[in-house]
Amino acid sequence: MDLSAINPMLFVAGFLVAATPLIFAAIGELVAEKSGTLNLGVEGMMITGAICGFAVAVESGSPLLGFAAAALGGAALSLLFAFLTQVTLANQVASGLALTLFGLGLSSLLGQSYVGIKPPRLPDIDFGPLREIPVIGPILFTHDIILYLGLVLVAAVWAMLKFTRAGLVLRAVGESHDAAHALGYPVKRIRTMAILFGGACAGVGGAYISLIRVPQWTEGMTAGIGWIALALVVFASWKPWRLLLGAYLFGGITQLQLNLQGAGVAIPVEYLAMSPYVITIVVLVILSRDKSAAPASLGRIFHASS
Amino acid sequence: MNRRTLLAGAAVALALATGAYAQDKTKVGFVYVGPIGDGGWTYEHDQARLAVEEEFGDAVETVYVESVAEGPDSERVMTQMALDGADLIFTTSFGYMDPTINVAKKFPDVKFEHATGYKRADNVSTYSARFYEGRAIQGHIAGKMTESNIIGYIGSYPIPEVIRGINSAFIHAKKANPDVQFKIVWAYTWFDPAKEADAARTLIDQGADVILQHTDSTAPQAAAQEAGNVITFGQASDMAQYAPKPRVSSIIDNWAPYYIDRVKAVMDGTWESTDTWDGIGPGMVGIGEITDAVPAEVKEEALALKEQIASGDYHPFTGPINKQDGSAWLADGETADDGTLAGMNFYVEGIEGDIPQ
Repeated sequence: MDLSAINPMLFVAGFLVAATPLIFAAIGELVAEKSGTLNLGVEGMMITGAICGFAVAVESGSPLLGFAAAALGGAALSLLFAFLTQVTLANQVASGLALTLFGLGLSSLLGQSYVGIKPPRLPDIDFGPLREIPVIGPILFTHDIILYLGLVLVAAVWAMLKFTRAGLVLRAVGESHDAAHALGYPVKRIRTMAILFGGACAGVGGAYISLIRVPQWTEGMTAGIGWIALALVVFASWKPWRLLLGAYLFGGITQLQLNLQGAGVAIPVEYLAMSPYVITIVVLVILSRDKSAAPASLGRIFHASS
Repeated sequence: MNRRTLLAGAAVALALATGAYAQDKTKVGFVYVGPIGDGGWTYEHDQARLAVEEEFGDAVETVYVESVAEGPDSERVMTQMALDGADLIFTTSFGYMDPTINVAKKFPDVKFEHATGYKRADNVSTYSARFYEGRAIQGHIAGKMTESNIIGYIGSYPIPEVIRGINSAFIHAKKANPDVQFKIVWAYTWFDPAKEADAARTLIDQGADVILQHTDSTAPQAAAQEAGNVITFGQASDMAQYAPKPRVSSIIDNWAPYYIDRVKAVMDGTWESTDTWDGIGPGMVGIGEITDAVPAEVKEEALALKEQIASGDYHPFTGPINKQDGSAWLADGETADDGTLAGMNFYVEGIEGDIPQ
């Protein structure tokens, strides 16, 4: 065992990157679920965002344009879900699963000619002297803008849900769509917008994998991160800060177990490999012992006649 | 994606069953563990499938299902293929071994070919390639090229196939450079680009300047390219898009001749359950171009090693070799037998760490 082989600064910087796709996908889904819609298509929207972002970044040479395209791609796919569940009143679970299958197929079709290409690199933000601060500098100030945007997004969603009128209306729609409807709020329009927001966030999360974390395009490259994001929303009790904590915990322990393996720590590898899932779930379950905060109308179909 | 192909297959089977010419075509099914666009393992199997189609044209019909999880899902997929009238089914991952045997029992008239397994039946053949021969050559290049003397290795699952590769690479890296040290990380997946990239980056952070991998995607290449002064090797497929650096050479699986042979055997009615394990000699294992990033003399040594292995003059597991615990395994000049290699569950002397059991 040689723990000195692990560089703590590189390790922390690494897990911030690993957690970012999860943060985007989960915070988007959190908003969608707060409005009362359960979209299981996160994986499909992520992978669609991954290829849309990759393709546009490669063609245009601009990674930022790629991320914008990824948001559009994810939102466009989620529009399909919105149509199915809000207009045709289809079952949300089945529609979400179909969305994932559709997204996986669509992305491999779109990605045919992008295998093996290197995407343009999004430069890290230049923080100047801040970068030179010992320990904190290399950890906090050596990242690209999207990573920081993820943090801002979590804060913004939290503030929006807690302090603003829009947040209140969104939560009202999620808790009791009939009551919200009776008060004159456009339930379907609000839900559609929440779904679109979720799709855009998932798309950006996917593009973060294909443009920054890996970076390349490979079919099926999200490999289950969308599903972890879905679980994270539930275990975080629909609370943005817990969600952030869960994402960091998951990303951190994933990185840590790889580091420990490399350093030859004498814990059986199987335990290390499952530790990110177990520890994240246990910690979040303990944190959420108070009350389950699931929106009361989650997954229920709304029609004005009912 | 899986369902899509499956449904298409079912539809075609239905159409064929009602058509008069249904009996003329030999139907061949393929079960893949990753997507056909993974750029590695599954990609090469699919290339071989296309080669079968090209060879026999209208006489065959192929169907495939990609990204099939090892376990109950794969059993369902195989059963569906057999029900749809497949004559021959290739199952292309180690984890499909028991499902293949189970399904084969239920369909005695359907022939099965399982890649990299060791369980056979009257209607189940096994086949694999001697990748460890290729890994010996990569190990040599790795040992010569490393400057930090730390070589990172991304393992998938601790099965004999992967352990054999680690041992072979280590033995030859050590011969080329007595100071090398292996850092091994198990990913517990065949295909997860994000995780593979993380694993590669972790190893690089810990000082490795050579990354060997036994997982299926090109993500470690991408990570190494970004890190700069690190070299990698193509796995299963050439991965030439990362040449001349970081990818400096590769092991290529060439299944096409074997697949064409076996499909032909089914057509002729001469198919028998066999166990095939071919290497560099017969061409089932190829060595991708060694790029100019490798010094000329090292390249020459590597090619010489390849020649020796191909001609059978040299076996990558030739004694004296001890096991990790120091006990003797192969005496001076003795070579390993296939049985031991097929079930290999120990590291050779000099590798640190334990194999997950």
